[in-house]
Order: sequence, then structure tokens, then C-alpha cells
Amino acid sequence: MSIRHGMLALLSVGPRYGYQLKQEFEASTGATWPLNIGQVYTTLSRMERDGLVEPGGADDQGRSVYTITEAGREDLERWFSTPVGQSDRPRDELVIKLAMAVAAQDTDVAHVILTQRTATMRALQELTRAKRAHTGGLAQRLVLDSTIFKAEAEQRWLDHCEAVLKEKKA
Amino acid sequence: MTVVSLQDVARVHEGVHALKGVNLDVSPGELVAVMGPSGSGKSTLLNLAGGLDRPTSGRVVIEGHDLAEVRDLAALRRRSVGYVFQDLNLIPALTAAENVMLPRELDGVRARQAREEALAVLAEVALDHIADRFPQELSGGQRQRVAIARALVGERRLLLADEPTGALDTATGDEILQLLRGRCDAGAAVLLVTHEPRYAGWADKVVFLRDGEIADSTEVPLESAR
Repeated sequence: MSIRHGMLALLSVGPRYGYQLKQEFEASTGATWPLNIGQVYTTLSRMERDGLVEPGGADDQGRSVYTITEAGREDLERWFSTPVGQSDRPRDELVIKLAMAVAAQDTDVAHVILTQRTATMRALQELTRAKRAHTGGLAQRLVLDSTIFKAEAEQRWLDHCEAVLKEKKA
Repeated sequence: MTVVSLQDVARVHEGVHALKGVNLDVSPGELVAVMGPSGSGKSTLLNLAGGLDRPTSGRVVIEGHDLAEVRDLAALRRRSVGYVFQDLNLIPALTAAENVMLPRELDGVRARQAREEALAVLAEVALDHIADRFPQELSGGQRQRVAIARALVGERRLLLADEPTGALDTATGDEILQLLRGRCDAGAAVLLVTHEPRYAGWADKVVFLRDGEIADSTEVPLESAR
């Protein structure tokens, strides 16, 4: 995923200036991906170079406004129609840590699992609280749901690891 | 005062230690989730907390009554405890309102008053408009909400829920948890057994049971975070 496609998606709604893109990006993603304003302008100028956006003058407060081009719309369409590959996602530190705990042999793997499970459950409680308090838009709510599903998957996987280890030991 | 308190509770079933030395308190306004694999003692814990069973050793205190000293457990259960199970156990030949009235009628409350109470609690779970429908005319989520209403009627302050989200989809399951959470925030104590982490996430405290013992709990940091 690139910031550029996120910004193109926002620009497909209508012309925006830099700071506005930053704010809307963060609001949609539930602040899980904060942008700094420098990144926003760097990305805009690269997209301008590649013909995906064009500067369209200034708004009434003198801020430079950008508009998506036809090439930009095509690029965005391509992005939406391409599924995300499993291998494009970052490596998971926890998976590696547990694999190494098993490989290290004299490590108390069950304890590693227990410690992580409690921490993940606390995170899940926090996320659920955030969801209950949530008053933002639909995009943000779905991002929150996604983090809940991920934490849940991690918890289930830890349960699975524990059960498998117990079986092997017995 | 805690609504239910388990103090160093053990339960032995035919020589097998189903629970060992469990300590657990649930206060008014608190939602406690119990997680653990099958055979870890979750159901035993819930049965003891609800007075459906007595401990082999240790104390179980429900609203100030030590179960060891209570002669009529059934009366204490009816007065204080509501149960919600996975298989809803609504009676198909009775309407939603009649199902909710039933425990009050068993308490000796007259039909008219029982119906008023049932309608009030159905309104609390936003189902007063379907009060006169039969269970098979309701969605899975609605049926479970009726079961929760039945568990709440008569102002019982302890709610025990055993996998109450059963086969519901996640959005409907979230609604059930929202409802249980709302009852907690109104002062009830809820003890929830679930194997689904996403629903345990709604709890104030999550307890992990392993082989009849509490292996860990999320309690400490949460208390300090408040």
C-alpha cells in the first residue's frame, strides 16, 4: 500500500489541499497511520511529476489545491481492483519470537505464550473500549474492527500453539 | 459489596479436580469474562457462581449469602441470578413476552404484573415491538435478546452467560455484548464464559482458566488504568 493511493482516493472525491489530505487520511484510517505534512507534499509533487494529479490554483486562503487527473483515476482503479498479496505484508515479530522460543529448546514457551496472551487480551479490551466510544465515520469504524479481528486472530493462534505444545509434550 | 464471591473454591467430580483454589469476585457494574479450553473448568465455575452446584471446599457467597448456609438454593437462584445459555431454551409455544414472564410467575407474581415486568424488560432490550411473537418468528439475535430479557426480569443483579453469542454472526454477537455491557453499566454483575477473544474484549477483567486453576488475569493494569 502506498500513501499515494490513499491520497488519490481522497482526491477522487474532489480537489484538496495538502493539509486537508493529511487530516482526511488520518480520519479515515482511524489515526492508525499518522502522516507528516512533509510526506504529503513530497507525495503530491511525485504524483504531479507522474501526471496523476495537477495543481489547480489556490483556494480562497491561498493554499495550493490539487486535482486528480484521468491517469490518476486509472491508477486508483487499478489499485482497487488488485488484491493484496499475503507476501506483501510485513513479517510478524510475534510469530518469529515463538518459533525461536521453540527452537531455543530450553525456553519456557508456555510462559512466552501466557505473557503474550494476557498482553493481547488487554489490547483487545482497549480496542473494544475505543470501539464503544467511537463516534467517527464508517471508514474509521471498519479500521477499528480490523484491529479487533487481528488481535482476535493472534489470540486464537496463541491458544492453538498452547494446545499443540501440550499435545507434543504429553 | 461483591455480588458474587468465590473464595478458595475447589470442586471435585468423581475424584477429578474440576476446580482448584479459585478466587474470583464480581462487583456491581463489573463484567468478568472467563476463557479457557474445554475441560478447563469454565462450566463448573459458572455453575458454582450461580448456585447450581456447591463447592467441595471453599466458599461461594452470592449477595451476602454463603451458599453453605442457604437451605433453599432454588429460591436464592430465582431471586438473584439470571442465566443465559448458548442454546436459548425459549419455549416455542410461548410468545416472547410469555417466555420472559415465566420465571416471575414461578416466583408467584400474578400474571398481569409479570406481563408488565416482562414488557418493561423487553423494552430495555429494544424488543417491545415483538413481545407477542413466537420464537420461530424471530431472528437468532432477537431470540438471544429475549433470553437475556428473561434472565434480567425481576431485577436480578447477577447475570451468568455461557457462550451467549453461540452461532450468531459477529455483528449480532457484538450487539449481544453491547446489551450485556449496558446491563453492567446499569449496575448488574455479569460473569461471561466465552471462547471468543473478541467478546472477552468487552469485559473489565478477563480470567484465563487452565486445568481448573486461574492461570492469569488482565486485572491489575486495568484497575490502575481507570
